[in-house]
Amino acid sequence: MATAMILLPRSAIRAGDLITLKAMISHPMETGFRRTETGGEIPRNIIRQFSCRYMGELVFSCDFHPAIAANPFLAFPLVATRTGPLEFVWRGDNGFLHREQAMLQVSAS
Amino acid sequence: MIRRAGRALVLLAVLAGALNADEIPPGERLSGYDMMGAEAQAMQRDDFANPAMLAVKEGEALWHAVPGEGRPSCAGCHGDAAASMKGVAARYPARDVPSGRLFDLPGRIQACQNGRQGIAPQPRESTGLLALEAYLALQSRGMPLASPRARGLDDAVQRGEGLYRQRFGQLDLSCAQCHSQNWGRSLAGTRIPQAHPTGYPLFRMEWQAVGSLQRRFRNCMTGIRAEPFPPGAPEWIDLEIYLKERAAGMRVDAPAVRP
Repeated sequence: MATAMILLPRSAIRAGDLITLKAMISHPMETGFRRTETGGEIPRNIIRQFSCRYMGELVFSCDFHPAIAANPFLAFPLVATRTGPLEFVWRGDNGFLHREQAMLQVSAS
Repeated sequence: MIRRAGRALVLLAVLAGALNADEIPPGERLSGYDMMGAEAQAMQRDDFANPAMLAVKEGEALWHAVPGEGRPSCAGCHGDAAASMKGVAARYPARDVPSGRLFDLPGRIQACQNGRQGIAPQPRESTGLLALEAYLALQSRGMPLASPRARGLDDAVQRGEGLYRQRFGQLDLSCAQCHSQNWGRSLAGTRIPQAHPTGYPLFRMEWQAVGSLQRRFRNCMTGIRAEPFPPGAPEWIDLEIYLKERAAGMRVDAPAVRP
């Protein structure tokens, strides 16, 4: 079970504002290159892809690769236009899928 | 006879003085937070950048989770952790009144899971137990560590100090030789801390995970090529009690971030 945290700006947002969204998720990001004490391979287990949708529209996405630290933390900009839902999705190895939702409150400028 | 006893006493006093000569004066004590770099400090100060807060969030969910039909959740007995668990992590390990056993915080959680919830206790170092520990530790953030001696744990403090000063392993080193006598100096590129357990469980970047104080102990033991005590061994708890006595009054900064 993964745990994720989403941070939206704490101050009031007006339409047209450039804001920063932050997202962090608990994940081991096992590279697949490490071995156990007895020499056995530790299979790769990483997040492969992250995407963020704002009112259904894709506004940010990125691919992940080995050598990204555990519990990846992302911060990315967004121009807030109006109040609407944000959806954050992480997909990864072994069918890993985690979704978070948040409501972005935007006041008219 | 009296003269000889007197001489022995003087000798004992000199020896005791020599034993404690490396004790760090209270005003010069530094936590791991004080000794780490500015970036890591900033990461710890920001609850959103601190990965240990993910464990806290998971721990909060576990606190309220009902383990099974007719079995109480942690909250079922203890209620709101912010009130009932405030200061608990700052005064553990503690002696269990009926059994006389010493419990550290994870040991106490396991005993509760076993005795009160009637479930198989989560193993030490498992994410679930660490998450619960982190959630409880957060409730004591900013509070001073209580002195175990003031709570009648002199015997454990004494045993713990014995372990702290005992040389172990192929490298034949004691805890005190690094953490009391050579703190602040470099050991393979890192600064040797004073070993004050203020922030456990904590996210260590080297581990890329949240870990317990006993994991830290094990790392030190293997580092000096000694065989670590088994998980949950009474030696670990005595050592933790001594370190808490040594750090008494310092502020809890759990769940911390460390390099």
